[in-house]
Amino acid sequence: MPAGLLRVVTAGSVDDGKSTLVGRLLHDAKAVLADQMTAVQAASERRGYAGADLALLVDGLRAEREQGITIDVAYRYFATPRRTFILADTPGHVQYTRNTVTGASTADVAVILVDARSGVVEQTKRHLAVASLLRVSEIVLAVNKMDLVEFSEAVFDAIVTDFAAAAASLGVAHFTPIPVAALSGANIVTKSPQLDWYGGQALLEFLETVEPAVRADLPARFPVQVVLRPRTAEHPDYRGYAGRVEAGVLHRGDKVQVLPSGRVSVVAGIDTPTGELSEAPAGRSVTVRLEDDVDIARGDLIVVDGDPAPVVTRELQATVCWLTDRPLRAADRYQLRHTTRDVRAIVDAVESKLDIATVTPIPASELNLNDIGTVRIRLAEPIIVDPYALNRSTGAFLLVDETSGATVAAGLVR
Amino acid sequence: MTAVLPTQSDSLERGWLTDLEDEAIHIIREVVGQFERPVLLFSGGKDSIVMAHLAMKAFWPSRLPFALMHVDTGHNFAEVIEYRDRKVAEWGVKLIVASVQDAIDAGRITETPGQTRNPLQTIPLLDAITSNKFDAVLGGARRDEEKARAKERVFSVRDDFGQWDPRNQRPELWDLYNGRHRTGEHVRVFPLSNWTELDIWAYIEREGIEVPNIYYAHQREVVDRDGMLLAITEFTPPREGETVRTESVRYRTVGDATCTGAVASIAGSVADIITETAASTISERGATRADDRASEAAMEDRKRQGYF
Ligand SMILES: Nc1nc2c(ncn2[C@@H]2O[C@H](COP(=O)(O)OP(=O)(O)O)[C@@H](O)[C@H]2O)c(=O)[nH]1
Ligand SMILES: [Mg+2]
Repeated sequence: MPAGLLRVVTAGSVDDGKSTLVGRLLHDAKAVLADQMTAVQAASERRGYAGADLALLVDGLRAEREQGITIDVAYRYFATPRRTFILADTPGHVQYTRNTVTGASTADVAVILVDARSGVVEQTKRHLAVASLLRVSEIVLAVNKMDLVEFSEAVFDAIVTDFAAAAASLGVAHFTPIPVAALSGANIVTKSPQLDWYGGQALLEFLETVEPAVRADLPARFPVQVVLRPRTAEHPDYRGYAGRVEAGVLHRGDKVQVLPSGRVSVVAGIDTPTGELSEAPAGRSVTVRLEDDVDIARGDLIVVDGDPAPVVTRELQATVCWLTDRPLRAADRYQLRHTTRDVRAIVDAVESKLDIATVTPIPASELNLNDIGTVRIRLAEPIIVDPYALNRSTGAFLLVDETSGATVAAGLVR
Repeated sequence: MTAVLPTQSDSLERGWLTDLEDEAIHIIREVVGQFERPVLLFSGGKDSIVMAHLAMKAFWPSRLPFALMHVDTGHNFAEVIEYRDRKVAEWGVKLIVASVQDAIDAGRITETPGQTRNPLQTIPLLDAITSNKFDAVLGGARRDEEKARAKERVFSVRDDFGQWDPRNQRPELWDLYNGRHRTGEHVRVFPLSNWTELDIWAYIEREGIEVPNIYYAHQREVVDRDGMLLAITEFTPPREGETVRTESVRYRTVGDATCTGAVASIAGSVADIITETAASTISERGATRADDRASEAAMEDRKRQGYF
């Protein structure tokens, strides 16, 4: 994770105040421009609202504004002197969980909101499960609408206790609880005197200073996206492999293997249009040349020798979030998309699913919309994986419907 | 091989701009990996210039593996067309021009006198996509531009009619972009989704990218219209009651000349533009685009029909 940039996602049940909180954060951090504010004021007046509804800063679709709900993720960008943020505001409805998963998949921090009057509800637990499964490294519990419970410390404590129980059964090691009132801005950018019993940071200060855990790193992984063979007068014999380093640091001179073939070679050069690099860390898009003329195509993975080595496999044990109406059952066929590789897949078995109410796994033979479960998958050709816990890129996959092309599952290699 | 710059030893020190660049290059390469006939929309505006620059970096030392396309309203700034043609020649790439005027002449669309041609771009765009059998269309839209754009995926599927269905978008997980589509459908791809206006200018400065000179402050004859500073051109003569005056202005966006306003400015360099942009209290489209003011959901409506 580069210093300076933080990706934040909101989560929590519908009407808990996610969009209001994002709007408030943008507004109080002075990230809303005058014309945007005027437009929100006008739109609020048209709808007969008392004041400016800050949720309209993010609820940008016509249907969202008409119904006063969030349907799909909105991305907003803002910077403070300390950090640059990408905020993803997600919907709370169960029906739109796939959009919440979309927002959470790239996040460093999840802010899970709870309405102080209703406490931890099923959607709170579902979103906590999604955030922990996707390994969002920091979780904030924002107990919102504190104004409606007289800013009561006892109410806050009871909700934190409930949330902690759910977090413990999901294996979430720690989270940061903050009492807030998004509507008035209490504890969003500045600390509120009405919540003087709370000794921690306001939300923005927390977001500005939190250092998401750095995950244990792997030897370099480099999925090949495109093979570059210019055949121009200037570069008649050039052959480079364009892609992005997805783990570790790739160095010129590194001994590598090309998987799945297993051929070995050495990195001859790491090219960019502005010059060669001696090394390229995870995240960099570069072009790699090898010393030997090995046969490499899109979908191959170049890996640096070392521990742990990735697994070349035609069988996967995985956890999936099921994102479509048609249930997932054994013997179903899908296209599986992993790094830059597409392979055909058959579901061998559905093993279990997470019971959201008790946050414990229960036996299951099918997964329905929004279920999180464990499955076994067989593949027509091998893919090269690491456990998701070790790498978000080589440990993640999609299941895609072959006829419609729709993305039907988010998959995590166990 | 010969390197343009010495080996960079500071590669572990990565700034935010480098992250954005890496992400955009990754996306553009995925397009070439996943599609058969991509095309890149190039208007000569700053976002499409940055996107073309990134695309050339993505495939260097190979040539750009796809063509550029300009949907030309015919109401252009002369400086931008001059820039477009000069750059296309310099880069040695192919440019397809989809002309709004041709579509009007052929009776495909009807022009409403006195109104901007901006929304009329949709039909020629979709016609060109169909006739060239393009399956992926790279666009320079950014999520920070407009509230409906803020909802758009990086890979965004369009149906046979070119329509966007914002209520039924594919989940987009991690950076595993799913470009699978049925015959007749195509995918719009937005590599600059996560860039802001300020990022674009900071990148233009860092890379030393040339942009058309209407982005820099210059003297121009303008009138006040629709709350904007509108330049007097052959397509936009002054209306009755309007007073023409000469002011130092620049453009923040470059679109159809009839609906793109200028802003008062003395910024003569990219560094000056960055300073002005950072200090601005008005958004880029709010300041300069009459086409977004028609209604609260003007952009969403155009996008649903297949607009950029
Ligand atoms: N009293 C009170 N109301 C709030 C607060 N935060 C949000 N709301 C209201 O709760 C409702 C739902 O808010 P919204 O942000 O749309 O919720 P979302 O569905 O989680 O995005 C709106 O009517 C808000 O005005 C708060 O702190 N106090
Ligand atoms: Mg909302």
